[in-house]
Amino acid sequence: MAEFHQVPADASTGQKLLNWVDNRFPFTKLWNDQWGKYYAPKNFNVWYIFGSLAMLVLVMQILTGIFLTMHYKPDASLAFASVEYIMRDVPWGWLVRYMHSTGASAFFIVVYLHMFRGLIYGSYRKPRELIWIFGCGIFLCLMAEAFMGYLLPWGQMSYWGAQVIVNLFAAVPFVGEDLSLLIRGDYVVGDATLNRFFSFHVIAVPLVLLGLVVAHLIALHEVGSNNPDGIDIKKNLGPDGHPLDGIPSHPYYTTHDMFGACVFLFIFSAVVFFAPEGGGYFLEYNNYIEANPLKTPAHIAPVWYFTPFYSMLRATTDLMVNVLAIILAVAAVLGILRGNFRATGKIVLAVGAIVAVALLKTFDAKFWGVVVMGGAVVILFFLPWLDRSPVRSIRYRPDWHKFVYGALVFFFLVLGYLGSQPPSAAGNYVSQIGTLVYFGFFLLMPWWSRIGTFKPVPDRVTFSAH
Amino acid sequence: MKKILLSLLLAFGLHANASANEAGYPWDQFPTHKMTDMAALQNGARLFVNYCLNCHGASYVRYNRLRDIGLTEDQIKQNLLFATEKVGETMKVSLDPRQAKDWFGAQPPDLSVIARSRAEIGRGTGADYLYTYLRTFYRDDTKATGWNNLAFPDVAMPHALWELQGQRRARFEQVKDAHDPAKTEHRFAGFEQVTPGAQSAVEFDESVADLVAFMQWMGEPAQATRIRVGVWVLLFLGVLTVFVWRLNAAYWRGVT
Repeated sequence: MAEFHQVPADASTGQKLLNWVDNRFPFTKLWNDQWGKYYAPKNFNVWYIFGSLAMLVLVMQILTGIFLTMHYKPDASLAFASVEYIMRDVPWGWLVRYMHSTGASAFFIVVYLHMFRGLIYGSYRKPRELIWIFGCGIFLCLMAEAFMGYLLPWGQMSYWGAQVIVNLFAAVPFVGEDLSLLIRGDYVVGDATLNRFFSFHVIAVPLVLLGLVVAHLIALHEVGSNNPDGIDIKKNLGPDGHPLDGIPSHPYYTTHDMFGACVFLFIFSAVVFFAPEGGGYFLEYNNYIEANPLKTPAHIAPVWYFTPFYSMLRATTDLMVNVLAIILAVAAVLGILRGNFRATGKIVLAVGAIVAVALLKTFDAKFWGVVVMGGAVVILFFLPWLDRSPVRSIRYRPDWHKFVYGALVFFFLVLGYLGSQPPSAAGNYVSQIGTLVYFGFFLLMPWWSRIGTFKPVPDRVTFSAH
Repeated sequence: MKKILLSLLLAFGLHANASANEAGYPWDQFPTHKMTDMAALQNGARLFVNYCLNCHGASYVRYNRLRDIGLTEDQIKQNLLFATEKVGETMKVSLDPRQAKDWFGAQPPDLSVIARSRAEIGRGTGADYLYTYLRTFYRDDTKATGWNNLAFPDVAMPHALWELQGQRRARFEQVKDAHDPAKTEHRFAGFEQVTPGAQSAVEFDESVADLVAFMQWMGEPAQATRIRVGVWVLLFLGVLTVFVWRLNAAYWRGVT
């Protein structure tokens, strides 16, 4: 047990209270470790705002969600009307609802930018692997939250979007039908589905999400933040034992983040108050028609933040499976001929490749589409071990690496666009190329991330005083 | 790289073409200034109650919400309520849904959020659609109701406002496709007035615009409040941002 601290008799009531608490709970210690005396690199640029903005949006989603839950009815015959009741009869209900629906899109914008920051500055590299993995877990939870939350307004897109995605699970060999039945709780999406999605959306997933956020932050504040230079600031400590290139988060990043939050809230409010439908991308127009299990809409598009992955799913046709089989076979042959494997290793490689190609051709392309879509998210977890570059930050990588990152971003956006459009033959070819570029970026990373002339990394961070 | 760019261009080009062909009759622009015109909204409410509410409901809209468009509760009671409704009730339809299905082949949809649901990305707002739809009915003897529509071909609904607009026929011409001479296109070539309506063409457009304005308002009764509050919120955040920006700069001035 820590020793019992005394405060002078003439201390203020606040100090006495704080001391009383600190002797029983590490309040001051937690504050100092997690924020107050947490030394962050002083060269953070604008990319570093999205972490705290994600936190802000999370809090906003939870608060608005609490109030929506007070008025929403998770019942297939009442759900749609209860949302309109919130929009019309609940005082300020429209504002709470728009904040929540816009917040969902804002969450993804902010998180995608946050992940991209991690990607370009190598924030996932040793010793920050677990921070990255917790973050990927948060991203997965967020996708589950968004998907299940989207069913709740019980509009046509809610209903048919859920129907399409749950049906995907039916493509899993052997257990698929039972699995999709288990998820729906019925043979079609219905009242049972709505009830369980509501339960997952308001309590189960948010609990996991919050736990992961806490783990993400504890791990971050344990190993320290990365920075745009990718330099370890703990290597240059000042006489006081704090990093020379670091600065206490409070008050410096407190004010920094407050400014960022203000700018964000300005843009966010502009959408909430003047374009809450986000041009039909944040709130799909078709979702103002109540769910009708007998009437399939002509064009079912997921909300924009899922469209890149949805594109990859649609891109996985029989042709794509053949292409994947050929790529796999060529890779195996190259590995056997050029790789430094012993005889047993070569045999394992050959057998593995033959089995993989056989599996590719055995199961339906629809199943592999699901695998590709899931794999596109799962592959992110492995990023810390895929990147073999000697430096962290893109600033000191060979210039041509920027084009590789650029290609990833470009094709991710193109996939997103195509996923929101009705399928077309030409669009499908482009999304197949995009899918290959996306996976190529990650799977070939151990190879390309090592190649090129790297620039010397300075000892101290690049920082010019404001 | 060139190939990729080329196929991309192709993809988007083809796509734009495909949607242009599917798009059908282009939508006219709804005159949005009607949204701030209380007299227009009130006239729209009157038209809505008289012409639409017999078959369609607006079951999320309460009658007394119409105070928001400048009507008093007494005015609502005297002019817009029939027989038994109460002013706090929603605009329920009196038509029996099963009968409706027998008569029209489809149940008339609830109109509470119709203006929001009919918007299409790249084509226009829901109000644009409604403004076009309600003005492009024409006589078609091949249809069960005797009416057809340009914006919604083969629609089950007859022309509810025909007394105002009068009866019209549509002329179509067969046009050879410029790219494919084997194909002919059935193209709309104008209306012919058969019997005059109670209103002139200009008056009728105004009436429909009023009616659509009301439906647009009904889709989101809070929209005027939303915009009014939004202006203040942005002003506040704008000022706050300036102060916090300077606060942040004051702290960081000493950091070297």
